[in-house]
Formats: sequence, C-alpha cells, structure tokens
Amino acid sequence: MTNVSRIADKTAGPVSGPAALSLNSPMLGAWLGVLPFILFALLFLVVPTLSLVASAFVDGSGNFTLQNIADLWTDQVRSAFEISIKVSAASAFFGAVIGLAMALAIIRGKLPGAIRSTVMTFSGVASNFAGLPLAFAFIATVGRLGLVTVILKTVFGFDIYKSGFNLLSFTGLTLTYLYFQIPLMILIIAPAIDGLRKEWSEAAATLGASRLQFWLHIGFPILWPNLLGTLSLLFANAFGAIATAYALTGSSLNIVPILLYAQIRGDVLHNPGLGAALALGMIVITAFANVIYIVVRTRAERWLK
Amino acid sequence: MIARRFWAWVVFALGAAYFLLPLLATFIFSLQMRRGRLTFDAYLSVFADARFQATFGYSLTCAVFAIIVGVAIVLPAAYFVRLRLQWLRPLMEFITLLPLIVPPIILVFGHIRMFNSSSILPLTNSAFGTDVLIVCGYVTLALPYMYRAIDTGLRTIDVGTLTEAATILGANPIRTMVSVIFPNIFVAVLSGAFLTFAIVIGEFVLASLLNRPAFGVYMQNVGANRAYEPSALAIVSFALTWGAMGVIQLLDRFAPKTARKD
Repeated sequence: MTNVSRIADKTAGPVSGPAALSLNSPMLGAWLGVLPFILFALLFLVVPTLSLVASAFVDGSGNFTLQNIADLWTDQVRSAFEISIKVSAASAFFGAVIGLAMALAIIRGKLPGAIRSTVMTFSGVASNFAGLPLAFAFIATVGRLGLVTVILKTVFGFDIYKSGFNLLSFTGLTLTYLYFQIPLMILIIAPAIDGLRKEWSEAAATLGASRLQFWLHIGFPILWPNLLGTLSLLFANAFGAIATAYALTGSSLNIVPILLYAQIRGDVLHNPGLGAALALGMIVITAFANVIYIVVRTRAERWLK
Repeated sequence: MIARRFWAWVVFALGAAYFLLPLLATFIFSLQMRRGRLTFDAYLSVFADARFQATFGYSLTCAVFAIIVGVAIVLPAAYFVRLRLQWLRPLMEFITLLPLIVPPIILVFGHIRMFNSSSILPLTNSAFGTDVLIVCGYVTLALPYMYRAIDTGLRTIDVGTLTEAATILGANPIRTMVSVIFPNIFVAVLSGAFLTFAIVIGEFVLASLLNRPAFGVYMQNVGANRAYEPSALAIVSFALTWGAMGVIQLLDRFAPKTARKD
C-alpha cells in the first residue's frame, strides 16, 4: 500500500517541477497568490452586497421583517419600476434588432472589409461611451436647443418638440440608450454570426431552400439562444445605468436607479429601510436577466464553436 | 445578390447616420460659444477652469491606483488558478461576473453602509479613507475587464513551460511572476489598464455618493449650469475613450504569443 502511494506521489510530482521536493509548498504558494483576490472580492463585493440585501429584511430595532418589501408597493416606487423596466426592455429590444441588422449587414451583406473593421472598432468605443458625456451629446443634438432640432425647425419648419418628441422622456431616454446598446449587441452577436458556416447556407441552397427558409429553419434556430441571451444582458445593462439618465433629466424622470440615488442622498422615501428594499428589487431583476444570459449562453455554445 | 448588397448598404448608412450625427452635432454645437462665429472658446474655457484640472487630476490618480491594485490582486490569482488551481476557475469567473450583475449604485450603497463611521472599518470618516474606498470601488467595477484581459493574456502564453523553466533556473514564484510572466503578458495587462482608465475617468455615481471631487461630478456640475462647455466635455470624453480603445487594439497586434498550438 505504501509502495503504491509512493509511486503515485512520484508520478504526480514532476508536474510541478523541482519544487515537488516539498510537495506542499507550491500549493501553499498558489493559495497565497489567490488569497488577496478572494479577500478583496469578499470585502468590497460580496459582503457589502449581501449585507445590504439582508438589511432589507431588518427593521429599525434589528428584528426580522417583511414590512420594507411590503412598503415598496407605493405608487412612486411602482411607477419607477414600471418606467425602468419599460425603458430597459425597449432599449434592449430595439438595440438587439438594430444591432443584429447592422451585424448581418456588415458580415453577410458583402460590404467592403474595411467597413466591418471600422464598425467593430467604433462599437468598442461607443459601447463604452455612456454616462454623462452621452447625455451631453444628445442634449446638443436633439435637446430643445440642439443642433438637429434647430435645423429641422428653421430650415424645414418642423418642430419635433411640438410633434410630441421630448428628450427628457421615455422615448428620449430609449433613443439615447440605443447609442450604447446597439454597439454592445454588434460586439456580442458578431462572433455568433461568424459561426454560421458558409457550408450551411450552401447546403441549404443546394437542397433548394430559399434565403427565407434558410433563416427560418437554420439561421435563427441556431442564433436564437444568443439573441435571447444578449437581449437579457442589454436589459440588465440599461436597468442599472444611472449617469446618462441623471444628466439628461435630473430627477424629473422617475426611474429606479435615480430614485435609489435620491434615497441614498436624502432619504426621499422617508424610510431608511426602503433603500435596502429598493436595492434588493434592483438586484433581483438584474440577476434574473443575467441568469437567463448565462443559462442560454451555455446552450448557444453547443453549435457555435 | 445585388438586392442583398443594396439592403446591407441601406442598413449601414442608417446606422452610420444615427451614430455620427450626434457626434457631428455635438462638435458643431461646442464651437458656437461665441455668437456668429465658430471658435474653440468652449474648449479653452473648460481647459482653463481650475476645477477641470483639479478634478481631472483626481480621477487620473484614482485610475492609476485602481490599475495598480487591480493588477496586483488579479495577476497572481489568475496565474495560479491557470497553473495549479484549475478547479477554482468557475468561482473566479463567477466572482468577476458579479460587478456586471450588481449595478454600481448598489455597490456603492453597500460600501457606504459597510464602511460608515459606526462600522468596524470606518473608511468614510476621513478624506483619505474615502479615497481608499473609492479606489477599491473602481477596482471592483473594473474587475470583469481586468480579469478577462489578464486571463486572455495568460492563455496566449505557455504558462506551465515558462514557470518550469524559471523554476529550474532557480526563480521563486514571486520572481517568476514579476520577471517572466508579467513581461510576457504586459500587453494584456495594458489593455486591462486602459479599460480601467476608460471606466474610472468619467465615473459619476461612486464619486457623487462618496462626495469626492472627481471628474464625473465636475462634468455633472458643468452640464447642469453651462450651455456650450458640456458639448466640449462630451467631445473630449469621446476622444479619450477612442484613444483608450485605439491603444488597446493597437497593443493587441503586438502581443507576444508563445502558447503551443495544440
């Protein structure tokens, strides 16, 4: 028995080189290397978030309660969740559809190769161009005194604000969010479209399938897990965003992150426990969207290698 | 075939219009500070503002420290997980995914609650403590990007062989990491660094809720009170983001690749 284990030690040993003389030390070193990362993640990511979530279930004197969650059911909070979900869903949906169309155009539309690499580079930049500067850009473009607004009014006599458009509204916010949602969609879906092999469309064409039939029976069934996954990622992306909306509308548009921001700054809901409950609500929604993304992505990877 | 290419051009042209128009409009708008003439006055006004210099410097410093701390904790972890603790990989992936699931506003809310003046580690009591906290917050926000950049870098080199060679030549693990692994994935580390920079430089929520004089807070202030300067700031930010991303793409071409093609 001892012989066997000694042979096992010997065969397992050389993997870690000469250091295998003291079998424990390289493993100890490895753990010491990983430890700072784990501690940091616990201290600044896991514990603060979990304790915040937990405090949603605690009342002022430290007892367990569901009152905070129940108190969320006010008109103000409910409408904030409603608008947030609407804006996130709309910007995710249109971002996905338009992003898919653009990705298909540059990859399978036989456009010059230079266009493809330009669009991909630009997408990398634009998907990171969010927050305050994005809001400034849209105010300068289609705000009340924005360049496009003014040109349309003075040159074409068309006042977009009189015809119902408002940058500081659901439509305006969605239009602005699309500026980072579409590029994100292009970046994520492009590799998936690349994975649709040429042989598949050729085989389908040989068998007499029209292009519509190819997409209905082959293209979309393969892409849909990716589409659904990206859709939920875009949703979560928009749901947590605050800086753009805040710079655009101040606190006039009642979305959840702005409500939470105001609550943290000055307890606008007049109940400190509600802040934690609001945070819990946000996490539940973004986590749900991300779980869909992760589950669906593992499915999608079966075909697209 | 021709119809297909035609529609591709149409889609591309519409997309290009949507993406370029705001940039063009913002740029022209930023030049109109002086009535009737196109000048760079808005830019001069921004650059001459002492608060611009101070807040930009503050955010830049935060970015530098966030990059140093980020590399210092991610590089050893990613290296050892790849070398010896492969089974920890799913945990690492999960942890580095969390900052994408937990929105920044929740993260900073958690930080404020956990490190407030009545806690065991009252970081928010002093300006310095809050600076430490905000840097740690930025490291957390950048964690997904830093980890993926470094892990991708490690994948392109042959970690096992390099480590064995270094060990045979008498290097201890720290020496191996600093003078063998790090130079080999330097380009990947740099792209993680530039992503961190892009995230930190205009960040608003953390800085605002922690009351620190960061560039994002300054931009918000200018946006609420001025007419032409915000567009100048938007153009400057776009140029910065473009610069950071451009450097990353450029670096990518020069990355050494020593991994065996199995």
